[in-house]
Amino acid sequence: MGRQARVMDGLKQRIKKAVQNQPQPTVTILSSLLAVEDELGYIPREAVEEVATFNQATINDVWAVVSFYPNFRTVPPCEHRIEVCWGPSCHLVGAMPVIASVLEAAGMEDEGDTPDGKLTIRYNTCLGACALAPVMSVDHRLAGRITPEKGRELVSKTLDSASGGEA
Amino acid sequence: MAADFLSIQEEAQRRWEGLTAGDRPWIRVGTALCGQAAGADQVVESFSTELETQGVNAQVSRVGCLGLCFAEPMVDVQVPGQGRVVYGNVGPDDVKEIVSRHLGQGEVMADLVVGRIGEVEKGDLPSLDQHPMKAREQRIALRNAGHIDPLDIYQYVANGGYGALNRALTNMTEAEVLEEVNTSGLRGRGGAAFPAGTKWRFLAGSNAPEKYILCNCEEGDPGAFNDKGILESDPHTVVEGIILAGYATGANHGYIFIRHGHDGPIERAQTAVAQAYELGLLGNRILGTDFTFDLEVALTGDSYVSGEETALMEAIEGSRAMPRYRPPFPAQVGVFGKPTNINNVKTMAYVPEIIARGGEWFAGIGHDKSTGTVILCLSGSLNYTGMVEVPMGMNLNEVLNEMAGGVPGGKELSFIQTGGPLGGVLSAAAADLVLDFDIFRSAGAILGSGGIIAADEDTCVVDLTRVLIAFCQYESCGKCFPCRMGMSHMLEVLERICRLEGTPDDLALMRSIGENMQAGSLCGHGQLGFNPVASALRYFPGQFEAHIVEKRCPTGSCRVPHFSPRLSRR
Repeated sequence: MGRQARVMDGLKQRIKKAVQNQPQPTVTILSSLLAVEDELGYIPREAVEEVATFNQATINDVWAVVSFYPNFRTVPPCEHRIEVCWGPSCHLVGAMPVIASVLEAAGMEDEGDTPDGKLTIRYNTCLGACALAPVMSVDHRLAGRITPEKGRELVSKTLDSASGGEA
Repeated sequence: MAADFLSIQEEAQRRWEGLTAGDRPWIRVGTALCGQAAGADQVVESFSTELETQGVNAQVSRVGCLGLCFAEPMVDVQVPGQGRVVYGNVGPDDVKEIVSRHLGQGEVMADLVVGRIGEVEKGDLPSLDQHPMKAREQRIALRNAGHIDPLDIYQYVANGGYGALNRALTNMTEAEVLEEVNTSGLRGRGGAAFPAGTKWRFLAGSNAPEKYILCNCEEGDPGAFNDKGILESDPHTVVEGIILAGYATGANHGYIFIRHGHDGPIERAQTAVAQAYELGLLGNRILGTDFTFDLEVALTGDSYVSGEETALMEAIEGSRAMPRYRPPFPAQVGVFGKPTNINNVKTMAYVPEIIARGGEWFAGIGHDKSTGTVILCLSGSLNYTGMVEVPMGMNLNEVLNEMAGGVPGGKELSFIQTGGPLGGVLSAAAADLVLDFDIFRSAGAILGSGGIIAADEDTCVVDLTRVLIAFCQYESCGKCFPCRMGMSHMLEVLERICRLEGTPDDLALMRSIGENMQAGSLCGHGQLGFNPVASALRYFPGQFEAHIVEKRCPTGSCRVPHFSPRLSRR
């Protein structure tokens, strides 16, 4: 087997395992997709096929669900993920300047992935810690009372810790 | 058999005494979402390091939210046999001092103290109950929040937990349980305020062999975190409430529905369910009775509309979270086509106490037809932000000015935003309202799920309206085109007004879009979609006029670059 075929085989195995080993009794297209997302961080085409087979659904049915929920990515995730809240609670106490400075520190103009694949920045509608607004999260770890300076700092720290980053 | 439960209770009591009056101190760290955002994880880590290096023996627990989120991370230290000292804004560096001075030398660090709970020998400390945010609280649903480890079922039982379920299953008929809830006057806390007893009766009346109880913790409203707060702080009160709802209505299956990615609430709900199974409080023949109930945690992807009851059922079935036509109503045809009852987390969280203390007791609290308490999430420009539970009937101004300590920096309150994005805004003058579902409704506001976001005088109301509509546009599920396209159109108009490029016709244009959305949408998302604009226009017509006619923003706060997702659902 060539290298690429082996990688592909490994990917398919991971997908299969994630879909088949769901612990909860009710298994659906959505729950299967969430299991794949937890495992891989994205939904490759192979996962759509596997989820369809496993749930006795069509590929169309599965794409309908993937395309509806914006948490699903269809390309591999970046090394790190920063979410910045833009909801009203955060907005009222300075989320916009925070977002501007986070984007600037990452060399981005809008949400999305950095070209080097190190960082995804995503606007989140509510991270649930509104009393400590403005809020952001770095790789799922929440951070509250963010100022533009703190936001910039968190981005640099994250980029430094990314592989190949210059610390 | 009740004897079984008695042995669970005895074990719980034994463990609780070991924690509170054993041979070592008990340290509780607030680790709900608010605590985490303030750095509670680092505080917990520092404790394990410091206890080891200083050779001190103490139990460290991760608890939920005491409600004073502004003071997180909070650390609560209890020396055996004494009351508790609650420290606020604890940094990792303070931990070393707490371990060496408080635990080592019995010396309280007065500058860090927020208050004491119970009697403490050392130091003249204020009681936590005297804190402005606490003084007028009455905690029912939040009774255990911040006091017990949410991952330990025995701590819940030691504080009276599952006693109501045991009593209901052994001494009450299904109808008697339902009647208590009916008598209590409990109304749905998810936003619609529909009487829970009436809703339960719809389901109890169905003879279908398979019926479902759903508990909604989707909670996508920005500014509302009380559902997640309850599940993180005391998941067992929700589990017990759901089982009681199942018993009262003759349903044998339940789901707790949470958004994927909110790891804290999900983990704690899943653990609670697993523990309840282990002790025979869920599953076949609960506590040896004839009643069987199965419960699981179901997750949704990012979708605000999945909090709508029929869209929620679609998501549980694994599809796109889009609302269904009604009729048929969920009580006839619900999830998987079976009769279904849906309640919010908060509604369920009240049920155990209602059964334990009686419906009359609950009905005696509150105001008119809004019985019991209301759990408010206070955020935005306020001195004390957090989560409070107060009796219905209090004045909203008292909550904002006394409990939340008013607006920081001596500024004036300009407006508040209640009931989620669709609830729109309320001017500060109009906030002189009694907390009561019906009074709010007749004033054109929504008490909703209890999120209250405060804005000071420097905030541009047009700008906030734009954010609310940007949220609604992003979250429209796309099923009904008046909502899907109306939201986008309205957002375009508001962005134009914010850029000072609006025309006088724009207001009429938005009104006509709003009317179409109201008439042509299946669910509240589109039906109420014009509410943010309508309410802003009602209270602040001058601000719109300034932007459109005078081409200036009175506060200037909309003059900064703004960011919101461009992505839409496909």
